Amino acid sequence: MTSRLIGKTPNRRSVIKGMAAGAGALALPSFFPGYSQAQSSEPIRLGFQLHRTGIGASYGRWYERTATAALNVLNEAGGINGRPVEILFEDDGTDPARGAEVFGKLATQSNCDVVFGALFSHVVVGTAPRAAELKVPYLVCSEGHHVASGMLNRWTLQPGITDVKSQVQSMAPWVTSTLGKKITMVFPDYAFGHDHRDFFTAAVAAQGGEVIKHIAIPPTETSFTRYFPQIPAETEVLYHVMVGPAVLTFVKELGEFYGSGTRPEIFGFIDSLEAVDIASPGLEFLEGTHFWEGHPRYKQADASEAEVFYRTAIGVDDNGASVTDPADVATYAHMFSAWETLFVIKAGMEASGYQGPADRQKLVEAIEAMTDFAEGNDHPQGAKTFNGKTHQAFGHQSISQVQGGKLIRVHQTSLEDGYYPDEVDYTSQSF
Amino acid sequence: MSFGPFLLLALMEGMVTSAVLALAAVGLSLVFGIMRVVNVAHGEFFMLGAVSAWFVSQWVPGPPAVAFAAALILCPLFVGAIAALADMVVLKRLNYEPEATIVATIGLLYILQQAALSFYGPDARPVPAPFNFRVQLPWFGYSGYKIAVVAASALVLLGVWRLLAKSRVGLIMRATQYDRETARAFGINVDRVYAGVFALGGGLAALAAVLIVPIQQAHYLMGTDPLLLSFIVVIIGGLGSLRGTVIAALLIGLSDGVISTFFAPTLAKIVATLLVALVLVFRPQGLFGRRAL
Repeated sequence: MTSRLIGKTPNRRSVIKGMAAGAGALALPSFFPGYSQAQSSEPIRLGFQLHRTGIGASYGRWYERTATAALNVLNEAGGINGRPVEILFEDDGTDPARGAEVFGKLATQSNCDVVFGALFSHVVVGTAPRAAELKVPYLVCSEGHHVASGMLNRWTLQPGITDVKSQVQSMAPWVTSTLGKKITMVFPDYAFGHDHRDFFTAAVAAQGGEVIKHIAIPPTETSFTRYFPQIPAETEVLYHVMVGPAVLTFVKELGEFYGSGTRPEIFGFIDSLEAVDIASPGLEFLEGTHFWEGHPRYKQADASEAEVFYRTAIGVDDNGASVTDPADVATYAHMFSAWETLFVIKAGMEASGYQGPADRQKLVEAIEAMTDFAEGNDHPQGAKTFNGKTHQAFGHQSISQVQGGKLIRVHQTSLEDGYYPDEVDYTSQSF
Repeated sequence: MSFGPFLLLALMEGMVTSAVLALAAVGLSLVFGIMRVVNVAHGEFFMLGAVSAWFVSQWVPGPPAVAFAAALILCPLFVGAIAALADMVVLKRLNYEPEATIVATIGLLYILQQAALSFYGPDARPVPAPFNFRVQLPWFGYSGYKIAVVAASALVLLGVWRLLAKSRVGLIMRATQYDRETARAFGINVDRVYAGVFALGGGLAALAAVLIVPIQQAHYLMGTDPLLLSFIVVIIGGLGSLRGTVIAALLIGLSDGVISTFFAPTLAKIVATLLVALVLVFRPQGLFGRRAL
């Protein structure tokens, strides 16, 4: 074996053959993408930073389904600029350090044109600086106010979901006028919860109400009863928002704590019950309480055509659960953002005549130039406006009441309810 | 809420924490006391107990109480079998050398955790409680099941104590702990004792998890907290001392309940960790470390 190998010297014919093959490879269009992409039908590659494991796993499962369904719709309608589109899902473990690594991997190794999809605000805040370093557009679905506050950068945009500041500000008048003015807040003790604490407290004060107690709970907590005695007896409205794997325990223990005794009005963010069946044992006490919903989980009587189309495309039934498994409840109030963000990317790429990674800056500028999104199959949650300076979208919010074990919308905010003065102008920053 | 009921709630919460902690920590303490193995994978046995309880609750038809009773018996047996296997396949081959077994059980931790992620998935899933009655006090409501957990845990601990102190099996275990070589000379199959003790430790952790899972939900990352707290408890109580473990579990559980209710849960963790540091400095063998078992 070895002697044969050693004895083999290249002859003239094999050298010429090799040179010809090399020249052939160089001539192939893929070697010089910059020169050939005008005619390219190569797929556009979108990276998706997915919370497949870790504390955001239930969201991740549904974000993947939603994005995949949206992708099928997009490709069946001809893709983007006539090119097919691919999504590369990469698990970030709902962890900020992993998030930045995953972003780097998607952008540099997998050559994704854009990265989108992250929800948990600590991941977004941890990843955004990497997006600016690599100069790759990062379209987040996180609700956090960190985009519109000016904390992040020109490459990070949030066109698919309203931020917390706008959400709570638009609902505060309804809460104080309908439920009560003395409010106790329970929220997770990290960036997302702090947005709730700061902006809802301010919004309530503006309405003449008062938040009398803040109760912060670590997002990895598994037992909650011990926090509830801190709720002051004079509380008129209990405002709760929780995230993480233990949300069901949180709501159950809240029910146990109040038992059949008197309790304040309860206004919760549906985050406390995302991916959880409202008919779970122990949750009967929620009947009559109110929830914020970004997008109503139960199909409402006045559901639009786009809403029906969206549900069918993903495979969600009228109760907001998977059509194949009624116990598999969706993170319905949030996951529309993955769908809508994909169609914003499509609109942005088409407006900028996007050809390849060299046009990433043009894509960001094209999205910044957008002002509103009409309700329709691309935006099934409803109409939105987009502020290019703050990189933030503003949509309608729903307040639903648990009636007969289902969430029925009782109030919808207007877009104007959620507006606030700009805090940043990203368009004045350099790329 | 006024001070009296506030304190009552804090103590009740603390008792539940103590009960589960005592069960989990006794297993860890037993394994160290008899085998001199610091089992870093102990928290994963806890997690496996909870996860397997979820599977049992899915497979066993009928009311939740039946499935729960089945889980109480099957899950500790299943986890005990895995522990015994781990002992025979891994720990025995390392001759129970302290450094090697620590590294090996760290490896075991990751294997079990990733196996749970692969076969069970990343979601937290609820297991229905066997019964759902609520104790309604004038000031607050409380889960009747949580009170049952405390009683069940006390019974199991009593059983473990009887097993060790009064039964022939316990005698053999104590003999092995006292002097492994002499025990072998008297015809005790030390390998079998070790496998049995490791299985018992894992089984107790699994039992604690089955009891807690209707309160907490099963999740593949749930083993970390019990591991840390179990270590805190056995270090304070004295590694290998059953009585010390139970007393330390009560101490940590109740102080955790009171401090976290009146102040903040983070402060409770700080105090517990500080206590460990103080014990290690001033009484490294633990409060009851001298008197083995």
